[in-house]
Amino acid sequence: MSTMDKATYYRDIRMVPFDLVKELVLASAGVLIVVVVLAAVLSSPDVPPVTIARWATADPVDFVTTAASELAGSSTSADYGPPYNNNEGSVQTLWFLKPQSWAGVHTAVDPSNQFVVEPLQQAAVGNAALTAALSTFQSASSDQQTSWLDAYSKALADAKVDNGQVTVAVGDYGPVPVLMNNLLGLARSGGLDGLLLASDRFFATDYTRSLLFMGDGGYLEGLAKEQKLTGNQWGMMHETGRYPGQAWLWLYTLGYQIPPFNQGHGFLGINSGNADLAITVMMTLLTLILVLLPFIPGLRDIPRWIPIHRLIWRRYYSDLKDGQRAATAKPHDSV
Amino acid sequence: MSRAQPEEPTGGGWTGTIRNQIAGRLPLEELLPTRQPDYVRSWVYLFGAITIAALIWVMASGVVLAFFGPQWWHRSSIGRFFNSLHFWGVQVFFVFLVLHLWTQFWAAGWRDGRGPTWVIGVVAFLTSIVAAFTGYVSQQNFDAQWIAVNAKDAINATGLGAIFNPLNFGQAYGIHIMLLPVVVVLLVAIHIALVRMKGVVRPIGAPAPGVSGAATDDTEASA
Amino acid sequence: MDSPAPYFHWGFILFSVPNLVVTGLMLAFFGVALIAPFPTRHGTKSKKQNQ
Repeated sequence: MSTMDKATYYRDIRMVPFDLVKELVLASAGVLIVVVVLAAVLSSPDVPPVTIARWATADPVDFVTTAASELAGSSTSADYGPPYNNNEGSVQTLWFLKPQSWAGVHTAVDPSNQFVVEPLQQAAVGNAALTAALSTFQSASSDQQTSWLDAYSKALADAKVDNGQVTVAVGDYGPVPVLMNNLLGLARSGGLDGLLLASDRFFATDYTRSLLFMGDGGYLEGLAKEQKLTGNQWGMMHETGRYPGQAWLWLYTLGYQIPPFNQGHGFLGINSGNADLAITVMMTLLTLILVLLPFIPGLRDIPRWIPIHRLIWRRYYSDLKDGQRAATAKPHDSV
Repeated sequence: MSRAQPEEPTGGGWTGTIRNQIAGRLPLEELLPTRQPDYVRSWVYLFGAITIAALIWVMASGVVLAFFGPQWWHRSSIGRFFNSLHFWGVQVFFVFLVLHLWTQFWAAGWRDGRGPTWVIGVVAFLTSIVAAFTGYVSQQNFDAQWIAVNAKDAINATGLGAIFNPLNFGQAYGIHIMLLPVVVVLLVAIHIALVRMKGVVRPIGAPAPGVSGAATDDTEASA
Repeated sequence: MDSPAPYFHWGFILFSVPNLVVTGLMLAFFGVALIAPFPTRHGTKSKKQNQ
């Protein structure tokens, strides 16, 4: 709209002096005071990160159970699917939509080798018992490996922690207990934190392996549950400590708490198994409606039907009414 | 209101064309007007300005945090203070952004050709949500770990995992401190320019511009 | 401030009290901004036209 058009647009509107720059400067000063006071009095959330060392020390059985599932290739990450590998354990589809599969593998992760075997190989230098155990494990048939790991994983249910070692009832586990207790020692020392992050490029900013490994265990999720941060606890909106969280995600978070998104059997092909995809699709549609709201008849008329604008512009409407009354009153006055 | 005529209305090549377009669409007197319609004198019109004010302090505290690096604020009490400014600045930003959105919804602020202003504003809101998310996973604390682990499934389920890995701190941090601030500020700048070009929308049901008596009683976006 | 927040639990609704405080403040700001009279400088004050 050009200037001339704007003059026309405001022709019958009373214009008043208004200092926009002053308004913005005052608003900035006001906000600065508020955030300085809040920051000084309340600080901000900073719960220290969990390390693999802390996990292995605080809950060694959970660590070893998770590590055994990584070695067996049965963990959530090992079975995940794109973008980490070609399995299907965590692949979501909705009707004809298979975006996760379409996107394919882009961050290749091989938990058995990358989380367990390779770190153990690096730690085996100068450790004859570990070298022998690794060699026995790797030269065994895949059936034999599975049999050892199955038996060991079952025995872990009654595992005991003794002197920093996880011990299980006597059984046929092959070299698995030696591997696992060496990995546990490596983890408790903090060595595994470094090895999972290390790359042949020296610099590292990618925590995919460490976080997937920790995410497969129960320790990290247990800490999140305590702070009510998990998905079915409206966790997306919550924050550690007594701080407000991302309250603006309320509608997205709500999806995970209600049927059909939180049900196993679901409705119209939507269930807890593909809730992430279904809720994202739903939110995308709702977001499009919000973006295009000015162009949607009916929705754009709601502000006219529910006259909150009468409050915003109450002085304008009152003046307008008075003006109209005056205009219609004048002829009568002259009669 | 009169407008200064450009010196070369038809000449000046591409440069002159762009300059004339800008001068025609958003002359300085419209960008920084000293008079406003009387009906803007309501507290609800302050929400937008407060949102911009909060964005200014979020940016300023973010620049300090970025300068000293992602580990600094965990170890230094001054760093923690700047992080707190950033954190509370974001809370104030979203509170007033949503209040501004509510106001513009109930005022049907998209009327009389202001549809694009609404669209850009909502897109700026959505971009801010993504900016906040990348900030949360860049914190290098338990919160960041859990949010990344929890959010990866939704990102992967939509196929976006192919281009964005929230478990990769370097990627999230780079996007948070460089890419998204530029996009948010650009969108906000376009939004403000559109608001200034069009002026504040007339009250719902006000008589049609320049014609006394005829009421415009619709909430359509187009003029 | 780092100890876990109190929570409001009602049916399937689970909101943290800090979030409720922020949401309550938002609603309060909106209500007050709609109703509170905007300060007008003397002389520019709106005057009824037919008085």
